[in-house]
Amino acid sequence: MRRALGIGAWLLTVAAGLGVFLVLPHLVSDFHSRDLARAGVFFIAIVGLNLLTGYTGQISLGHGALMAIGGYTTAALVVHEHWRDVWTIPLAGIAAGIVGFIIGIPALRLSGLYLALATFGFAVAIPSLLKKFSGLTGGTQGLRFLESAPLQVTGLTGKVTIFGHTMTQNHFLYYLTWSIGIVGFALAWLIVRGRLGRVFRSVRDSEIAAVSSGVNLAATKTLAFALSGVYAGVAGALLAIQDEIVNPLTYTFLLSILVLVGAVVGGLGSLPGLVLGALFVQYLPKISTHVSGRSGVRDFVYGAAIIVVMILLPTGAGGFLRRVARPLTTWLYTRP
Amino acid sequence: MAEPLLQLEEVEARYGPVKALHGVSLTVAEGEIVAVLGANGAGKTTTLRAISGTVRRSGAIRFAGKSIAGRSPEAVARLGIAHVPEGRGTLSELSVAENLRLGAYVRRGRASIQEDEQRVLAHFPWLGDRRNQRAGTLSGGEQQMLALARALMLRPRLVLLDEPSLGLAPRVVAEIFRIVGELNEREGLTVLVVEQNAILALEAASRAYVLEVGRVALEGGSETLRRNESVRRSYLGY
Amino acid sequence: MLLAFDWTQLAQQTVIGLSAGGLWALLALALVLIYRSTGVVNFAQGEMAMFSTFIAWSLIHHGLSYWQAFFLTLAISFAGGVALERVVIRPVERAPVLTVVIVTLGLFFLVDGAARWFWSSETRTLPNAFSTRPITVAGVAFSIQDLGNIAVSLGVVALLFALFQFTKLGLALRATASNPDESRLVGIRVSWMLALGWGLAAAMGAVSGMLTAPALASFDQNLMQPVLLYAFAGAVLGGISSPFGAVVGALLLGVFVNLIGTYVDWIGTDLRLPVALAVILGVLLVRPAGLFGRASARRV
Repeated sequence: MRRALGIGAWLLTVAAGLGVFLVLPHLVSDFHSRDLARAGVFFIAIVGLNLLTGYTGQISLGHGALMAIGGYTTAALVVHEHWRDVWTIPLAGIAAGIVGFIIGIPALRLSGLYLALATFGFAVAIPSLLKKFSGLTGGTQGLRFLESAPLQVTGLTGKVTIFGHTMTQNHFLYYLTWSIGIVGFALAWLIVRGRLGRVFRSVRDSEIAAVSSGVNLAATKTLAFALSGVYAGVAGALLAIQDEIVNPLTYTFLLSILVLVGAVVGGLGSLPGLVLGALFVQYLPKISTHVSGRSGVRDFVYGAAIIVVMILLPTGAGGFLRRVARPLTTWLYTRP
Repeated sequence: MAEPLLQLEEVEARYGPVKALHGVSLTVAEGEIVAVLGANGAGKTTTLRAISGTVRRSGAIRFAGKSIAGRSPEAVARLGIAHVPEGRGTLSELSVAENLRLGAYVRRGRASIQEDEQRVLAHFPWLGDRRNQRAGTLSGGEQQMLALARALMLRPRLVLLDEPSLGLAPRVVAEIFRIVGELNEREGLTVLVVEQNAILALEAASRAYVLEVGRVALEGGSETLRRNESVRRSYLGY
Repeated sequence: MLLAFDWTQLAQQTVIGLSAGGLWALLALALVLIYRSTGVVNFAQGEMAMFSTFIAWSLIHHGLSYWQAFFLTLAISFAGGVALERVVIRPVERAPVLTVVIVTLGLFFLVDGAARWFWSSETRTLPNAFSTRPITVAGVAFSIQDLGNIAVSLGVVALLFALFQFTKLGLALRATASNPDESRLVGIRVSWMLALGWGLAAAMGAVSGMLTAPALASFDQNLMQPVLLYAFAGAVLGGISSPFGAVVGALLLGVFVNLIGTYVDWIGTDLRLPVALAVILGVLLVRPAGLFGRASARRV
């Protein structure tokens, strides 16, 4: 009986989540749904980083650079090869996944802070490299979709029709991003629940114990980096599609930091809190701007908010949700 | 009778949600060696940690007429209680001399500290030759003795000695207990010692407490306990 | 070919590299100090140093001489570092490491924002600490400023070494870093030692900032961001757990970066940092604990 109730409560939560996803853009202004779409980009990148840092214990300060790989793959295909923008997304994911795999190789030798430095170096290097190889990347100017390949931008005319539904471009971007986000989230959930998730966690908790239980450390770490890279690449591609432009300024070290902040605020090693992490990263600067338009005050409020959240929720929103839900889950999963 | 130096009344302690002490009461008088015996997990180490403040505790703990129940470890140390923790209680990255100097960290007066160092080294002569060696490179027995020497540098009114025999060769253990006995006789050092090896502990101590699942199950003079049937069977093994 | 090689230029560029590396070394030491006691890299270290530099600027603006402002700023920075630890880090002392890392990132934004808020973001200048006149040694002209920076950096490092090695306070600081639980048992107020570490780190960062700013034509709130990157890289190169390693690592990095920037044309200024990081990565793959770090045995 209680088990049935538990499944029911779970289904209800999922249904409510999907309901919010479908209705939300109609409750806010058209322009605002673009902000929500941007939050979705963070969400996807954060889910990917969480697979790596939260479940495998490998820190990365370079996810912004992996997003750059995805974004530039999309941009190059659209601008140079005249692909339709949305069809580039899978390739962007694959490209960033391959790069993630390659970054994962030094991770076999390095751990903790040293890995942080390696990924950090990657994050710092990418913008400089993007400027250097300007033939492909457009240098400091970047690549502009509208100037070079306007026909490939979905919804440029202002309306998009899918399966007979016509919607605005902003709504289209929202639904595109969050649909991918939800699918990505579900996949991450399946991974974490399954055998691979156990392997990931065993590497996080004790490498030596993992190896002695037959886990292939090299394969696991690089796989986690590659998977995480795919998420970052897809997020980067969506960011490029939303902006209709890529340039090195979008993919600075700050972007890597924001993704990491979102993952920790959302709660490492937990998935439901990550939506909150994404909204936090997306909306905090905007809220800070409301406090004052002066750039200093805005950053000050932003930093203070991060600190206060971490002091109040040291294990992130995920840890908080777990604590709050514990009485309910204990009740549901214990026999009377 | 004068008030005992240390008095615990119904002390409870917990690690997170797990309660380790369910109300321990004991006393130690000035100049005494008192032993705490018991099986693994009986709460021996936790009792010492409750006194020094390195575990969450409740109940009354009085030392030299003051309540120390709410004090932090550093405040307890400043009152003259030297806790020699279980295992290798040394700062392994620092040298032997630095470990000794740290023992006297809360004291003032360079001259009297140096005097004490000579006095302490007299009990552990070989430590003097290794003043500049890193503590981590000493053998287990040597580290245990260094930890004891460091505790003495505090000029403590009470030493809490946790499981000094752990993982050491019998000869080394005997040496440690010999030194503790000597310090007690000559300098009136007060010691509360937790020990797995009940034979040794009862030999050194004048009184003892037997803990079982976080409570005092038995107490009395060493002689009485040694003759007690259940103590003999459970802890002495004959 | 060999004859054409300009040894004068090599000597000059090496000294310039050492001068920059010395200032990185100070910030690297600040990072190591906090890392050793808390296991966390303080990402806000550079911004704190920048803030100190702005305080110095204000003091000089109000009529103090450079060196008066220098020492007053040191004291203010020390107090500020202690205060930041008490208010911001203390509450998360027992939280997971990544949480503390994120708090220092929050501190980065907070301090940076505060500096933009109090001092508008126009560029400004700091007077030179040393004469800008060149001095000729063995036929090679060096700038007194570079030599002064190297001297001050090494002097601060020596002072810090003396503090740690020869004083009771230093001993307590080292004990705290090596084993906080044991340290409490001998009566060390560990929590205050951590705050003191933050104070010292803030003061060292302040020295770094106040010497970095005069060397630039002008500076703004981004002053210390590149310095932090190089300091971090230098500290990791030397072994983040080793103060000695951090200093040597930062100095080596300073010389290396300056020399490749000078001699390898295609690197220029843009690619210096990425190339330096790539070299460090190579070093780390061979020596995972850095050049001078000790690989600590891990508990299974």
